[in-house]
Parts: sequence; structure tokens; C-alpha cells
Amino acid sequence: MSEAIIKIQNMNKWFGDFQVLKDINLEVEKNKKIVVCGPSGSGKSTLIRCINRLEEHQKGSIVVDGTELSENTKNIEQIRAEVGMVFQQFNLFPHLSILDNCTLAPIWVRKMPKKQAQELAMQQLEKVQISDQAQKFPGQLSGGQQQRCAIARALCMEPKIMLFDEPTSALDPEMIKEVLDAMVNLAKGGMTMIVVTHEMGFAKEVADEVIFMDEGMIVEKAETKEFFANPKSERTKLFLSQIL
Amino acid sequence: MSKFTFLKSDRSNIQLVLITGTFLITISILDVFLNSFFRLNLISFLPSKVSFLTPFIIGMIGLNLIRIEYSGNKFLDILNKNINTSNFNAALTLIIIFVIFKAIPPSLSWMILDANISGDTKEACTGTGACWTYIKVWFRRFMYGMYPNEQHWRINTAFLLVIGLGTFGLFATEKMKKFLALYYVVIYPIIAFLIIYYLISGGYFGLEWIETGAWGGLSLTFIVSFFCLIFCFPLGMILALGRRSNLPAVRYISIGYIEFWRGVPLITVLFMSSVMFPMFLPEDFFMDKLVRVIIAITLFEGAYCAEVIRGGLQSLPRGQYDAAKSLGMGYWKMHIFVILPQALKLVIPGICNTFLALVKDTPLIFVVGLAELAGMLALAKTNPKWLGFAMEGYIFAAIIFWIICYAMSKYSYNLEEKYKTDR
Repeated sequence: MSEAIIKIQNMNKWFGDFQVLKDINLEVEKNKKIVVCGPSGSGKSTLIRCINRLEEHQKGSIVVDGTELSENTKNIEQIRAEVGMVFQQFNLFPHLSILDNCTLAPIWVRKMPKKQAQELAMQQLEKVQISDQAQKFPGQLSGGQQQRCAIARALCMEPKIMLFDEPTSALDPEMIKEVLDAMVNLAKGGMTMIVVTHEMGFAKEVADEVIFMDEGMIVEKAETKEFFANPKSERTKLFLSQIL
Repeated sequence: MSKFTFLKSDRSNIQLVLITGTFLITISILDVFLNSFFRLNLISFLPSKVSFLTPFIIGMIGLNLIRIEYSGNKFLDILNKNINTSNFNAALTLIIIFVIFKAIPPSLSWMILDANISGDTKEACTGTGACWTYIKVWFRRFMYGMYPNEQHWRINTAFLLVIGLGTFGLFATEKMKKFLALYYVVIYPIIAFLIIYYLISGGYFGLEWIETGAWGGLSLTFIVSFFCLIFCFPLGMILALGRRSNLPAVRYISIGYIEFWRGVPLITVLFMSSVMFPMFLPEDFFMDKLVRVIIAITLFEGAYCAEVIRGGLQSLPRGQYDAAKSLGMGYWKMHIFVILPQALKLVIPGICNTFLALVKDTPLIFVVGLAELAGMLALAKTNPKWLGFAMEGYIFAAIIFWIICYAMSKYSYNLEEKYKTDR
């Protein structure tokens, strides 16, 4: 057993009066791949956005890489630098070329020399197979290419953890595969990953554990094979029967 | 029946219809043309009331005849599509053509043909047209105000220096590009101020001291606009960010500031700056009137800039903030590298709008006794030796202001094109 890199205890979050997350307990060990699934509005995205504090939780504790996230966290930028994130809508910076998108944060946050940052960016773009598009702007690329670039951009920070927030939901069916391939490669490389997705094929292939969420609670958490073979809760069975 | 089919235009009788239609239109336009340029009336044999409307009616019939859909004639199709889609549009087309023809000869003869430009006294203007002599004689005053004639080179040199330094960005090497923003926001305004202060104001290096009260004309318009523009932009940027800040103190100060300055008219602000403001200052403290005016306009326009920029900030999707944060960028890095470049690009038209308004607001400084271009005109037209030439003066000023504003808006289009990366 290796140590847990993310520890969430009794975490609660409200949007106004509405409670989005109820008593979340979760431990993620290093190099594990977790897939989070569930119906929309179940709080999956909010959960992973809490992990790099794009959303603030109101109760309980979240410890990432040994640092507790709270209002007093002065070094939240340092934690975010260690936690890469890929969004549903890609969120590339449209005013910068693909290469500049990838080098911006390493240069200004990691204080990396420009040349080194560019080499690193090219390596990462190579891995997701869009190094030939490096000089183009995001607007000139297809959705799949943009999302792969977003993955490369996050990887350029050499993060310890990668969060994926429905990375394939905004894509044409044809482009989903190229993005999933990139993610599978990343998983095989040993990255710690938390992936919110509806791609059950991907979950079966790479996930160590699958979490099913509904109405802000973790309904079921099990090893992948177990999850698909013997779902325990009725809600999970219903969900799986509809999605598979 | 056969006559009826003749009037109905379609592809089968295109030849006939086209010739007849073109002939009628030509007659109608030619009539108005000759009438207004050469005072000939082709159809004077008709009673005057009929003859007044005849060209219009003939033209309408002609345009009606040539209105054929998918005629197969490319030129005719383009023409129909653009100026002749319906009877209403045909009427508008004719009226516009007629109005242009009617308006050209009188304005042409007033501005050029019957105008005078020779001589240097009012008596030289003998024609019925404009008296450009007036502009010629007063030209230096309009450009430089009451600034002594033999010292005009100082203004010219200062402007050339400032413009020269402004083009610095075009020659910057890749390495220096990083510092361009810093240069334009901080260093350039300071250098420009020093140049203008030492060169135009003088009092040092053996240059004669010339008080700002003597400055004036177009050069003063430029000086006021220039400093207000470069100072109000960063001010607006800071206020816009402040208004969106999470810190309550910063936010409420920004909101208060913006709402205060947007709530008062510029003319009151100018009065305050020149009349009220000195009363609150200690007695030995002196601030030049021109400086006070520039500060007043800057503070005023900064509030408008702030709201324009805030519009740009708000139009950015939240995902951009999320992405920047998730890469570990702090507030300033996020804004400098991700948010502001995109937001400012979006607000180029709005900022240009504000800046144009600012340039055209500068004549208001006349109320505190500073005579820029329009102010000098107001002085000149009341000069007893040159009474009665207000029209020429204002046309001259209108042309100059139009050139300045058009150049600015053209430049803003270029900027938009240059920074367009989304496609």
C-alpha cells in the first residue's frame, strides 16, 4: 500500500441553500486511476473541482499532497501547479498558439527557461500526436485536437495528479477515440488520475476503482471488475443498465 | 393586351425592355444633371409643376422596366439587387442621385470656384464664395495658439520626438517585446511629459519660458488628448479589475469612483479643476492650469474606460479563469497573460469610441480659458478685423477633427484585424 495523495474527509459543499456534496470520503493513492460516474447534477464535476479548489468546500477537509486546502491556504497556486486539469470545454487560450498555450505556465509559474519549456511542450505535444499543429491557434483545430492540446498543456506542468472533467462530452463521436487513446497512454505511464466520464469502455480498460455518485453522495465505490460485475446498490444497477 | 405584355418585363423581351429602360433613366438623370450644373432645362416646354416631377417619374418607369429577376445579364442583376429591388428602393435611389447632383454645384462653387485664398486682408475676399484667406492668415494661430511665432519649431520638434518614441514598438526585437507594455504604460508617458515640459514650456537650457496660457490651437488639442489617452487607459484598467475584485474595500472604492465620475458632467469637472481646486491647496503650492485640466479629463474618462474594459472582462467565459487557475497562475499572472489580452482585444471598438469622444470633448477646455483649435476659432471669429467668417473656420475645424477621428478609427480597425486569432 502506498500513501494516499488525496484525502477527503466528511466534505460538504453548498451552492447557496442547495447541498451539492454530502459527506464525501475519498482516498486516492499514488498512481491509481479513479473513474467517477453518475447522472448529471450528481456533483461529480464539483467534487473534482474542489480538489484543486476551483470550488471551495464549506465543511470537512481535503488534503492534497500533504497540504490541507482551506481559506488560509496561501500557497494554493503551488498546489494547483501540482494538479493538472482538463475541462469539458477545453478552455485553451484562444489568443495564444498551441505551443504558447503549453509553455505559458511552465515559463511563468515554474520559472522554466523559454527554450527548455518549448522542448518540453514539443515532447508533450508529440505524445498526444499534435506536434505538427504547434504553430496554429486553437480556433484552427478540431475539437479532438484541442482537447489533446489541453491534455498536453496540463502535462507540461509535470503534475502529480491529473483531473479530467468529462473530457470527451463536448466532442463528436469520431474524435472521442483519439482523446481516449491519449488518456490511456497517460494512464499506462503511471499518472495518478481522477476522471469524470461516461465512457465505460475507458473505465473498464484503465480504472483501478470506479465511483458512482448520485445526489451529491458517493453511492458505490468498488474495484473496476467488481463494480461492473456485481454492483451492490440498486441505483448503480439502474444506472449501468441504462448506460451500457 | 399586347401593350400590357410590353410593360411586363421578363427574359423574353429583355432586349427591348433594357433599351427603353436605360434610355428613360438616362434622360431622367441627364435632365437633373444639366439642370443643376448648367441651368439648362430639357423639358422646359412643360408647365413648371409637371417639369419638376418629370425626371423622377421617367426614372421610376425606367427602373421599373429594367427590374428583371435572373435576367442572365450579370451587371443588370447586381444593379437590381443593390439599388432596385422594389419601387421604394428605386425611389430612394433616384432621390439620392438627384440630391447629390443638386448639392454638388452650390457647395463646389462656394468652397472652390468662387472662393478666395490670395492676399492677407479681409479686403482680398471679393468673391461670393468662401474666404480661405482668413484660414491662411490665421493658420499659425489655429495650429499653435498664442505661442510666439519664432518659437514654433519647439512645438514641432517636441511632437516629432514624441511620435518617434511612440514608434519604438515597431522596431523592438523579440527580447525587448516583453517590456513593451511596461514601456508604453509607464516609461513612454513620463518621457513624453518631460519632452513636452522642457521643450515647449521652456525655462531651461536657454529656452524662453512660455506659460501654458499662451499654448493653444491644434497643438494644444494634441497635447491634451495625448496625455489624457495614455493616462486614462491604465487607470480604467485598474478600476475595471478593482470593480471585479473579491476584496470588498477595493471593489466599493472602484464602484464609488466610477459612479461618481460618470455622474458629473465634464464641464463641471473642468470648472472645479480650475476654480475650486486651487482653493483647497496650500498657498505655496502651485499646479499649472493645463496640468489640472489634463488630470481632470483623465480622471473623468478613466471611469468610462473602466466600464468599457469591464464589459470585455465579463464577456470572457469562466473557463478561461478556471484554466489559468488550474495551471497554478495567481491573480496577476492570470490577468496579465490570459484575461487582459483577450478582454482588451474584445473592447478595441469600445475603447476607440471612448477615445474619439475624448478627443472631441477637448474643445470644452475653452471654458477654463485654454484655447485649443475650436477655442482659437471662437477667438478669431470675434476679431474686429475678421468678422463674418465663422463658417470657413468651423468647416476647417470640422475637416481637421474628422481627419484625426477617422485616422483613429481606421487604426482601431487595423488593431482588430491584427489581433484576430480565432479564425
